[in-house]
Amino acid sequence: MSGKGIRIEGLTKRYGRGDTAVDALKGVDMQVAPGEVVGLIGPSGSGKSTLLKCLGAVIEPTAGRMILGDEVIYDDGWRVGDLRALRRDRIGFVFQAPYLIPFLDVTDNVALLPMLAGQPNAESRRRALELLQGLDVQHRARAMPSQLSGGEQQRVAIARGLVNRPPVILADEPTAPLDSERALGVMRILNRMARRFETAIIVVTHDEKIIPTFRRIYHIRDGVTYEEAGEGRGFD
Amino acid sequence: MISLAGRDILHAWGKFVFTGIGLGLLIGVTLTMAGVYRGMVDDARVLLDNSGADLWVVQRDTLGPYAESSSLHDDVWRGVRGLPGVARVANVTYLTMQVRQGERDVRAMVTGITAGERGLPGWPPHLVAGRQITRGHYEAVADVASGFKLGERIQIRRNAYRVVGLTRRMVSSSGDPMVFIPLRDAQEAQFLKDNEAIRQERRRTADNPAFNRPGVPGLLDAVIDSQSSNPYVNAVLVQLAPGHAAATVADSIRRWKRLTVYTRPQMEEILVGKLIATSARQIGMFLVILAIVSAAIVAFIIYTLTLGKIREIAVLKLIGTRNRTIAALILQQAIALGVIGFAVGKITATFWAPVFPKYVLLQPLDSVIGFGAVMVICVLASVIAIRAALKVDPAEAIGG
Repeated sequence: MSGKGIRIEGLTKRYGRGDTAVDALKGVDMQVAPGEVVGLIGPSGSGKSTLLKCLGAVIEPTAGRMILGDEVIYDDGWRVGDLRALRRDRIGFVFQAPYLIPFLDVTDNVALLPMLAGQPNAESRRRALELLQGLDVQHRARAMPSQLSGGEQQRVAIARGLVNRPPVILADEPTAPLDSERALGVMRILNRMARRFETAIIVVTHDEKIIPTFRRIYHIRDGVTYEEAGEGRGFD
Repeated sequence: MISLAGRDILHAWGKFVFTGIGLGLLIGVTLTMAGVYRGMVDDARVLLDNSGADLWVVQRDTLGPYAESSSLHDDVWRGVRGLPGVARVANVTYLTMQVRQGERDVRAMVTGITAGERGLPGWPPHLVAGRQITRGHYEAVADVASGFKLGERIQIRRNAYRVVGLTRRMVSSSGDPMVFIPLRDAQEAQFLKDNEAIRQERRRTADNPAFNRPGVPGLLDAVIDSQSSNPYVNAVLVQLAPGHAAATVADSIRRWKRLTVYTRPQMEEILVGKLIATSARQIGMFLVILAIVSAAIVAFIIYTLTLGKIREIAVLKLIGTRNRTIAALILQQAIALGVIGFAVGKITATFWAPVFPKYVLLQPLDSVIGFGAVMVICVLASVIAIRAALKVDPAEAIGG
């Protein structure tokens, strides 16, 4: 379950060696509490994607510490053994495009993760249907992804990110393809789900429409983050 | 556990089925090629089986009568008949030629059989219509593959024959249908000359003082008479008496008659190992090429299907799917494609095999081996796609 959200301290990522080495992250600190939704904003080339990949256990940081819930994931070159299982069980992902598996229906797209983790199919589908109900897309449970609207697809993607009840969800531009109303709808859902499941949610975005909805925002520039209070508008 | 491969196939079943049909037609050609080879071997065996012989007595030091020409005097059979262990013997001639029927002609192996008691070696063992030859001249029994009908008149050299019986699966080792005629007619047909050639031959003989001696009346007539008949046959077929070993009787004939004798296994070795060996190698080459082409096509299809799913694979890897699950997805699809292809190939081969002009024998064992080969090819062909999938970086799903 949720634990204590996610915390990173002095996270550094260096690409290359010697004279050609580039420091994409230069000692990033960040903390997101359970149930909190924070924004991560920065221009292209600022290190946003690198940070997201480090947080998502896709690439390993060069140095620094990352603690997910109560578990230390990285600690100055040391890392937890099975990053794949970590991504499956303890990190949720929501992408810019929903990237649903086109040959699975909505229920199985959501239920896939617990199934891959070895949960019985029936139990996995029950959990998926519960989530779909919470996101108001239960009526499309048997539909294929190609039959859904953009907003519905994104809600299904959120359900997939939440299905294993991860302590953290990383959302990469989740509202980019949506209009204002739908974008705010997605943010409303993320806030509701964060509180309901005590999940820390980090939203990487450029989207001006949703920036006012964050209570806290991390700006990143040249591999360095700084924190700023947001307006937190609309989701109290 | 959910079957990702099964779901993908069900989702895009049309693509899979049509790809499988394309692959299946190729597999069908491969199975047919194997069937053509089996048909050739079977034709050779049938030729031996239907001759009803246990031993083939042929001209000394030849591989006759099928693989090489062989010529024996037509009274050799008497000496063979008297040896211990020999039940029945019969002269036989084989002559491959064009047999005319009306405006058309058919390539056939004309077989001269000894008239006499039914069931002599060389006779067609079963008829599908009509009767066996009963007269000493101008009657024929033809294989149905020749297209001749009962009662039709066919032309062999200068003589006309009436088809009195039809038989089935009586073919030469080349697959040509057999036409049985009386031995005397066949002997005549083998060496029959035109009238002008006969006149020239007689004139030459008459001009030869060795044959036309004034002091020996009747010599010239005797020589001319011997020249205008053919006392030779290609082989003597022997049936053994019960309880006698073929090898023992064959040794006896070789020793006492100074002829070459082949047993059934030896004759089969000559037909399969020598007569159709080159054709078999040719077909073998085709099979190898078809297998390589099939493997390349399966590999290309699976690789293309996998490339079309790179984003989904990246997402699957990002959300923690094991490599073996992704490999299984690709492997199962390759195998499914192989199963669809094999089923289509087997069905098409079964349907089009009878249409081929030569006998195509589709053996269950070949199908089993073919299925195994298709599975192996599919597994090997999926390796490239699996390698490509496993190289996909899960970070591709995030972008940046």
